[in-house]
Amino acid sequence: MGNFCEYLPSGCAISGIINKKGKRFNGERILESIAVMHERSNGLGGGFAAYGIYPEFKDHYALHVFYDSEKARTDTEQLLQERFHVDESGPVPTRPVRAITRPPLIWRYFVQVKPQQKEKQIFSVEADDYLVATVMEINEKIPGAFVVSSGKNMGVFKGVGYPEDIGEFYRIDEYQGYIWTAHGRFPTNTPGWWGGAHPFTLLDWSVVHNGEISSYGANKRFLEMFGYCCTLQTDTEVITYVFDFLVRKQGLPLELAVKVVAAPLWSEIELLDPEQKELLTTLRAVYGNLLLNGPFSIILATGREILALNDRIKLRPLTAAEKGDELYVASEEAAIRKICPHPDRVWMPDGGEPVIGRLQECIEKETTESAELA
Amino acid sequence: MALSLLTPMFKVERDEELCIQCKVCMRQCVNGVHWYDEEEDRMRCDHKKCVGCHRCVVLCPTGALTVKKYPLEFRENAHWTLDYIRSIYLQAETGGILLTGMGNDRPYPVYWDHMVLNASQVTNPSIDPLREPMELKTYLGRKPKAVEIKNGKLAEKLPPQLELDVPIMFSAMSFGSISLNAVKSLAQAARETGTFFNTGEGGLHRDLYEYGANTIVQVASGRFGVDPDYLKAGAGIEIKIGQGAKPGIGGHLPGEKVGPEVSATRMIPLGSDAISPAPHHDIYSIEDLRQLIFSLKEATNYEKPVGVKIAAVHNVAAIASGIARAGADFVAIDGFRGGTGAAPLRTRDNVGIPIEFALAAVDERLRREGIRNEVSIVVGGSIRNSADVVKAIALGADAVYIGTAALIALGCHLCQKCNTGKCNWGIATQDPYLVKRLNPEIGARRAANLIRAWAHEIKELLGGMGINAIESLRGNRLMLRGIGLNEKELSILGIKAAGE
Repeated sequence: MGNFCEYLPSGCAISGIINKKGKRFNGERILESIAVMHERSNGLGGGFAAYGIYPEFKDHYALHVFYDSEKARTDTEQLLQERFHVDESGPVPTRPVRAITRPPLIWRYFVQVKPQQKEKQIFSVEADDYLVATVMEINEKIPGAFVVSSGKNMGVFKGVGYPEDIGEFYRIDEYQGYIWTAHGRFPTNTPGWWGGAHPFTLLDWSVVHNGEISSYGANKRFLEMFGYCCTLQTDTEVITYVFDFLVRKQGLPLELAVKVVAAPLWSEIELLDPEQKELLTTLRAVYGNLLLNGPFSIILATGREILALNDRIKLRPLTAAEKGDELYVASEEAAIRKICPHPDRVWMPDGGEPVIGRLQECIEKETTESAELA
Repeated sequence: MALSLLTPMFKVERDEELCIQCKVCMRQCVNGVHWYDEEEDRMRCDHKKCVGCHRCVVLCPTGALTVKKYPLEFRENAHWTLDYIRSIYLQAETGGILLTGMGNDRPYPVYWDHMVLNASQVTNPSIDPLREPMELKTYLGRKPKAVEIKNGKLAEKLPPQLELDVPIMFSAMSFGSISLNAVKSLAQAARETGTFFNTGEGGLHRDLYEYGANTIVQVASGRFGVDPDYLKAGAGIEIKIGQGAKPGIGGHLPGEKVGPEVSATRMIPLGSDAISPAPHHDIYSIEDLRQLIFSLKEATNYEKPVGVKIAAVHNVAAIASGIARAGADFVAIDGFRGGTGAAPLRTRDNVGIPIEFALAAVDERLRREGIRNEVSIVVGGSIRNSADVVKAIALGADAVYIGTAALIALGCHLCQKCNTGKCNWGIATQDPYLVKRLNPEIGARRAANLIRAWAHEIKELLGGMGINAIESLRGNRLMLRGIGLNEKELSILGIKAAGE
């Protein structure tokens, strides 16, 4: 008790693109898109998540880490060496940008869990859980070290500054990915901390978020029961953890996880057919504390898909568009039109109505699997 | 009989100009305070008999009556206050245990009044419940560790739940301790507002079976009124281990209150004392409790949630955890201000802990053990208004029980004489003449109004916080700040100080 972390409310801009065929493209377009919404951020945070950028290390966890000091780096590296095979490491390449000042040390590591570590676990902890535990430990226990992202074949590039400057700084034009998301931050109060920028991640999950989670206190205390530590001084990290918990730990399909975080109203559930009604009533009764309440629009990405979602009474803007194999989502239509002037379809999803863009290979795989099951 | 040294508690003042000698006051006062002096054609009072129930004041058609604190002052003494001196006179006269009704009235800190709520400004919009949906629905009962989904369908059904439209229930008050009309009022109000009333250890009167869907039937140490029909009649079952007003002791309904209806409902002989032992004589350990929980589940085909009610005592967190692990679907905790139909005064006023602390400790303990989400918590014993409800839920409760507040809605004026059976308001009495004073239709309307009014207020408070469902408040202690609390109190409550 008494260990509550504050969170800092903020307004924001978000944007995301997925190529459903998995075709990779560089970071220029997402940068252009987020730059259109310059007015929605105030230079105190920007960032990008990119998927498909490390094909040569696609089976390694890619750890992006911020350090305040060399000591934090050596302590962290010692811990990593103990627990993982670190097959490649080095500073994340950056270029000097006038607007970006005082960046932390930014390193990345491609690691795999040591086989003997797997055996040593008394409980049958999965490699993912082992990594999550390590990430939580680094963030909580090593002063001045902060794991920015930890998924496979993905990475997060973020910091204090306008997103267009952050993108320039990280040279995101030099990476090729099939999913890109971006965030421009307008915090109403900030410690000017690089870790506080979006996206927030855990394993392959990343979240960019515009809004405030007023249910933060309830969500956080629920998640803490299951070992999640909320250390990042923001309400956004709980979104990442909620999805990780529901999908990875509890085994819910993403579509049903959405029905938990943006639950239909009881009056809507009442109107459903008995089977659906029972399902959704059960989800709300069991996971009610994970309802994300308050104004938000988010873009959640995994290596397989992106999900854009509003709170259930749509208190934040969100627009979606499609063209060919690509799906775009952003706070404003202008941010989409900038990079795709003539989309096939543009729409504003309702509150609580998810927009999901999934890699075709994943859809095909699922179809085959369910066909085999049948 | 020797001279009593007791002086009056109240002084009844009559405005002779307004009094029309209609004798309403005389007929209404079962304590015999008012009488008519024929010789002088005027009403007179015996102040000593007045309990301060205000029945005469409210019913006097000309507004001629006032009841005041009796203006007799002892020599000032911070240690020997009026109550303690009176108690000694009384015990010197009777040699008995002092009995009382209603909840602890001592000036202990009220922690609800040391917590304030949050509201939205700018960064998240507050929500207007008149324009936007605002949800209070709550499910009480056992929740699985995970919802099993197979092929997009629910693989396992949710265990039985109590579905509440508002997170407020009427707490256990037996037929016997209160009148049938009072129970009927609450039963009907529960049905109208989509919530539950609780039978207490009074059995379920035959007229009340129709309210089964809104009934929690209680099984207490005397097992009064318990049979298979009774267990199946309710929507849920509550095993009563303890009560906030008298933790550690049982109950005693004197034989004079056991008339034909109470006798039939409790399944005991007419006019016999109904004594509930202090412990259940088949529960001397947590594993015994587990047996009773599962016996009751077995008897009802696992179709009803079974909860356990305990008094808030020092070790409440560990006890609640044990109860949750013993298979209870909900844990009801009754704070030391909880009401009673009759309790020894010293027990009521000195045993147990504040519900705010008990709730905070239990919720935190269950979370540390990773089982808070599997079991529901209901708290009672001093909830006075909708803000108390909101604070209780923010501290970690799923729902609250109200007893005293419900009785006040029916007309109770908190004179604390429930144990005497002489309730002028027709609530805590079995005297047919008095019971008739409470019309169950009107009582139900008043109790339902109270629930509806509080529901409106809860929605306003939720909207102000920028949330539109009660589950986003549950355990959300960031919505609370403490005022005038020391570090230890803040840490037990798990809240920050205002300004932090």
